[in-house]
Amino acid sequence: MSLADQAGPRASAGITKTAGPTSWIERIPPAWWAAALVLLAMPLVANNFWLFQVMGWTFILGMIAVSLTFLAGYGGMVSLLQMSIAGLAGYMVAILGPSGTTSISLGLSWWIVLPAAFLIAAIFATLSGALAVRTEGIYTIMITLAIAAAFFYFTRQNYTIFNGYSGFNLVLPPRLFGVDWRDPTAFYYLCLGCAALCYGTVVYVSRSPFGLALQGVRDNPRRMAALGFNVTAHRVAAHAFASIFASMGGILLVWQNAQIAPGTIGISSAIDVLVVAVVGGMRRPLGAFVGAFIYVMLQTFSPDILGAFGFSAERFKLIIGIGFLAVVLFSPDGVLGLWDRWRARTGRRVDPLTGQPR
Amino acid sequence: MSLSTVNERPGQMNAGNALELRGITKMFGALAAIADVTISVRPGERRAVLGSNGAGKTTLFNCITGDFPVTSGIIRFFGEDVTAFPPYERIRRGLRRTYQISSLFAGLSVLDNVYLACRGVSRNRYSLLRPRSDDALVHAAEMLVEAVHLTAVKDRLVGELAYGQQRQLEIALAMSGAPRFILFDEPAAGLSPTERRDLVTILTSLPAHIGYIVIEHDMDVALRVVESVTMMHNGRVFKEGKPSEIEDDPEVQELYLGGGHG
Repeated sequence: MSLADQAGPRASAGITKTAGPTSWIERIPPAWWAAALVLLAMPLVANNFWLFQVMGWTFILGMIAVSLTFLAGYGGMVSLLQMSIAGLAGYMVAILGPSGTTSISLGLSWWIVLPAAFLIAAIFATLSGALAVRTEGIYTIMITLAIAAAFFYFTRQNYTIFNGYSGFNLVLPPRLFGVDWRDPTAFYYLCLGCAALCYGTVVYVSRSPFGLALQGVRDNPRRMAALGFNVTAHRVAAHAFASIFASMGGILLVWQNAQIAPGTIGISSAIDVLVVAVVGGMRRPLGAFVGAFIYVMLQTFSPDILGAFGFSAERFKLIIGIGFLAVVLFSPDGVLGLWDRWRARTGRRVDPLTGQPR
Repeated sequence: MSLSTVNERPGQMNAGNALELRGITKMFGALAAIADVTISVRPGERRAVLGSNGAGKTTLFNCITGDFPVTSGIIRFFGEDVTAFPPYERIRRGLRRTYQISSLFAGLSVLDNVYLACRGVSRNRYSLLRPRSDDALVHAAEMLVEAVHLTAVKDRLVGELAYGQQRQLEIALAMSGAPRFILFDEPAAGLSPTERRDLVTILTSLPAHIGYIVIEHDMDVALRVVESVTMMHNGRVFKEGKPSEIEDDPEVQELYLGGGHG
């Protein structure tokens, strides 16, 4: 995923800037076609480690982060719960479906397990969202952090449902259509498809009445109430809706690792999701995936680089921390913001009359 | 408080009152921002609320819309007791308001602002489907943008608009859906003389069934667009009457018009 796939004009703000005579396919900038081609053709050149570990984890982390981008970017609600929601959906797949822990897992078929996992995670998101929306700003972060911490310790100490410290292993995806979905190429395409679906849904919904009203609630809640909107209900609904993306990421995560344990949903993971979303940039849903790619690249390759300089490989979080600090200091709208400004500067070298480069 | 001074409009009396305030009191701590205010407004009636700064005019609006819960008293909107209703329930019943300081969505386009206002008082507020270009509400929003002369800038972000245009957009938001009664909070504040004339045209050309209350310091605007006046002073109703009576009242002149306003 190169940065070139964000080329093209800034997303227009007008819902009703309606299509001209051209169809929506013709309005997709060439850079997007190139990016799509690169992503689709990647299994031809990339090895299994790259496909399964690097890109798979990028897409999964991106899906969990994009649920935060939806809440925070469009709704103005920074929630640290998205990793917990993803984890709960993953746990539900392990508990309701088949796993190595046969004493707990029910072994139901996938067509019951998957909808149930989404539903239970959505209920959890709705209930915790209903608590969180009564607060503003830093207090929303605190209350969602508290719920995330409580859920983490609960899964670690509860052995009847969550199997405590050891969690569940041998959680495998169903063999649908005769495909082994943990095969690196199949898993890559599965994650790519799900990530594209999440991204497209967020972009589409941001211009729907629900998404537009959510941005209104973010900018001016009092006026929204004076226009006939139930602001509290709208915020809770946003939490429920965002849970779909986190759940999708969580289910893919449990399939990728073939296991889930409390460590997956720890406090540091919850904060990592926030770091990913902020580093990428919260103004556009693409930022979540860009941030996830940067995070996974650092996580994967910085131990080697650190080792080459004689530092401990454990220090990769130091690099991520410094990178996070730099982004927050110099580009509050993330890497995508840097990209936009760079393009605006290079764009000025175009002759204003002819549109040709000078 | 009797309305006998206001010119009667027979035929609309049987509909009951559009807005009825009975003994409204709003306390902030020990301070009564408004005290025992009783006002009745008929459907389609246009009224000005005048008074010096701190007289409680905007607080009265906030109580009517439900932004502030009242300390005591009853508010009826077209016969229905709405005292305990949250703001959005009152808005959905046909009440609208504008704000003294423009309260808009700066990051959205003009048309999106009006579209949101239309959507707020209609169904499918939670719809995940984008509106089609022939959507009835998009069309309604475009008509409203046209009505306040903003068609030329309808795709611009509201934050980029001139001050007067933002004031006009405020009015468009209040006219969305099917308003039955509108509260205008100083709609002329900061407008140029030309824009004030436009405002008077917009207000006087509203459909006859839409009543309103307007808070306005500019007497030239206020007294030309209303048929009755309520004077407030220190949170209480001080006088009610026709515009001409209020203008000529020596007590009013001493309290308000003579106080260096306008």
